[in-house]
Amino acid sequence: MTSTSASVVGQAPAAPPPPRRTVWRRWGPALPFVGPAFFLLAVWYVYPTIATVIRSLQSNAGGKFVWFDNYKQIFTDDILLTAIKNNAIWVAIVPAAVTAFGLMFAVLTERVGWSIAFKFAVFAPLAISLFAAGVIWRATMYQKDPSVGSINHVIGVIRDTFTESGVLTRANPSTKDVTGSTNQGFTLDKDLKAGDVALLGLTAIPPDEIPETAKQAEDPQAKQGGITGVVWRDFKPGGGKPGEVESEESGIPGVTVDLLDANGKKVQSTSTEANGTFTFAELGTSAYRVRVDKNTFAAPYGGVEWLGPKLITPAMIIAYIWTAAGFAMVVIAAGLAAIPRDVLEAARTDGASELQVFRRVTVPLLAPVLSVVFITQVIGVLKIFDIVLAIAPGSTRNDATVIAFEMWRKSFSGQNQFGVGAALAVFLFVLVIPVLILNIRRFRRENVGA
Amino acid sequence: MTAAAAEAQASPAVRKESFASRAGRFAAKTPVHIFLIIVGLLWLVPTFGLFMISIFDPALSATEGWWQVFSDPSTATLENYRAMFQNDAIVHAIYITAIVTAGATALPVIIAALAGYAFAWIDFPGRDVLFIVMIGLLALPIQMALIPIFRLYNTLNLYDTIIGLILFHTAFAMPFSIFLLRNFFVGIPKELMEAARIDGASELRIFFRLILPLGLPAVASLAIFQVLFVWNDLLVGLTLAQDNQPIAATISLQLRQFGSNLDVIAPAAFFSLVIPLSIFLAFQRYFVQGLLAGSVK
Repeated sequence: MTSTSASVVGQAPAAPPPPRRTVWRRWGPALPFVGPAFFLLAVWYVYPTIATVIRSLQSNAGGKFVWFDNYKQIFTDDILLTAIKNNAIWVAIVPAAVTAFGLMFAVLTERVGWSIAFKFAVFAPLAISLFAAGVIWRATMYQKDPSVGSINHVIGVIRDTFTESGVLTRANPSTKDVTGSTNQGFTLDKDLKAGDVALLGLTAIPPDEIPETAKQAEDPQAKQGGITGVVWRDFKPGGGKPGEVESEESGIPGVTVDLLDANGKKVQSTSTEANGTFTFAELGTSAYRVRVDKNTFAAPYGGVEWLGPKLITPAMIIAYIWTAAGFAMVVIAAGLAAIPRDVLEAARTDGASELQVFRRVTVPLLAPVLSVVFITQVIGVLKIFDIVLAIAPGSTRNDATVIAFEMWRKSFSGQNQFGVGAALAVFLFVLVIPVLILNIRRFRRENVGA
Repeated sequence: MTAAAAEAQASPAVRKESFASRAGRFAAKTPVHIFLIIVGLLWLVPTFGLFMISIFDPALSATEGWWQVFSDPSTATLENYRAMFQNDAIVHAIYITAIVTAGATALPVIIAALAGYAFAWIDFPGRDVLFIVMIGLLALPIQMALIPIFRLYNTLNLYDTIIGLILFHTAFAMPFSIFLLRNFFVGIPKELMEAARIDGASELRIFFRLILPLGLPAVASLAIFQVLFVWNDLLVGLTLAQDNQPIAATISLQLRQFGSNLDVIAPAAFFSLVIPLSIFLAFQRYFVQGLLAGSVK
């Protein structure tokens, strides 16, 4: 190799090529340099591209030409149509969102002194694989159970400040005096007057639902001018009398008890103590009834099903934007730094507001950079694969799927549908061709005369 | 845009101001500060959460949220990591990942530097057309290669081998690497090159003595990119290997029992991201340069 190149020393590119040289000899000096690269490109790019196109016209088993049948299947198979639809959603939302986030962060960080710290926080996920990013979001953010999934936990906490979830999920009345159900609440069918006592016994409560703060139930003391009562678990292991408060029977704290007037209208509401007792004070002489409110049995917050069929694509998109926004921010920030300061100052001197400067000067000047970010994201999103495999549980993969994922699944996950897989690869290739042409045109424009 | 120019642009001009005017400006921007602090912290939460799960008592991680580690620090344990390093499958996967990453970084850097030099400074027939084709190949989806290469590897006994993975990554690094390095090498002053040629230096000598030392920043950018890209790969490892799969592919097999095995998944995933993250932090400057010079991939 060395001798080849040594023999042509002095062939500087500037010198006019001597006439009548064979192509082979003119390649000579370059060959040791480009040879290895061209070998790799020939074997791993050129050959597979041609082979995949041919394979896409053959049956899944191979050998037999079925021409465009595999392509027909792409546009008729339900799952493959879902994949195309999902890819369309990704392309419609993600590049625009990532560019917008990047622009917003780049513009805002320019105004603060500690932008490095912020940029680190937002940029760091770029070093993490899309696969790991998917695992991160699935493990920490998207779990359905609010006690392990962060997002549902936060939603649950906010929800609980407005609506309280019930203490119990189910119960039955312990005597015939109490009627109703968990959906309506349990009413004591007795007219009560001031000074009376209400006993609201409940049974069939799962033991682990009794709050830890609960104490031994107590027989309520009658009170002048008020109605008192107790809500308790009227069940004693090994026996006991229904309707009587006995030892080892626990009060139920936190139960909402309503006071109803003769028309069944709620006039007051209170909550039971640790021993199950409650009091309605300063009542008139009319008759009342007492009811355990149905919100005692309101189901606790179950959590949004982020990884269910409906929300899986938005969930993956959020995780993807989390990784890609940093890329957009850094590239746009560099573009922003390259804008001549005097152009912005001139606009401000002319009386333009900050918003006007941004919309009329900054963004137009940034347009080339913004389009680079946008196009990069379009390619990235068309080929999206890792994040689907990482985030979508087996049960929702058919709803989460995209073209690149189907290409892999049809070919390599045991389905062995290589014909359809190849057709999907070609389809993906065709989708990126416009971007490919755009790249070439951009390069030629930037290297005019080169 | 050359890498050097990009870096000059990336560092914003520092202006001198009086303290009072700075304080005033700071106050006027309070909403911006608050917004950025909140967003910045939110951005860190997911990764931090994974770390917390990775040190969470395995008996609790299926039923309790990672934030519970704060309320009871005694639930934190290094047991998960200890178990991970005793898990043969994961240790083997980390080993494979490290070897493949090293090989698939060194090899493309060398091969692409040679080719980049030729595209920049050696005149050969069809050079410009071939370079344009290469830019076109930048966007070619890996999916186009998978099926034929899978077949080819089975025939050549390269399936499930380290060398097969390295060669695949090396080949698929070519268009981007050559593009990046050629654009950097073109910026080397012509006078230097001509002086060297007049002195009778061979092309190889020029390459090793002149181009490589001058091109070191671009080579560093490329190396960082390649390390991150190969280490983070899932698709290639999953498709072209089975018993010798790299770490991402190995973790992906664990996802079937997701939820019950967070004590296995979380430390492995966190370990697998700490490596590229540290490399990224250590060499961030080169990474950003490369990003700005070649953000067309």
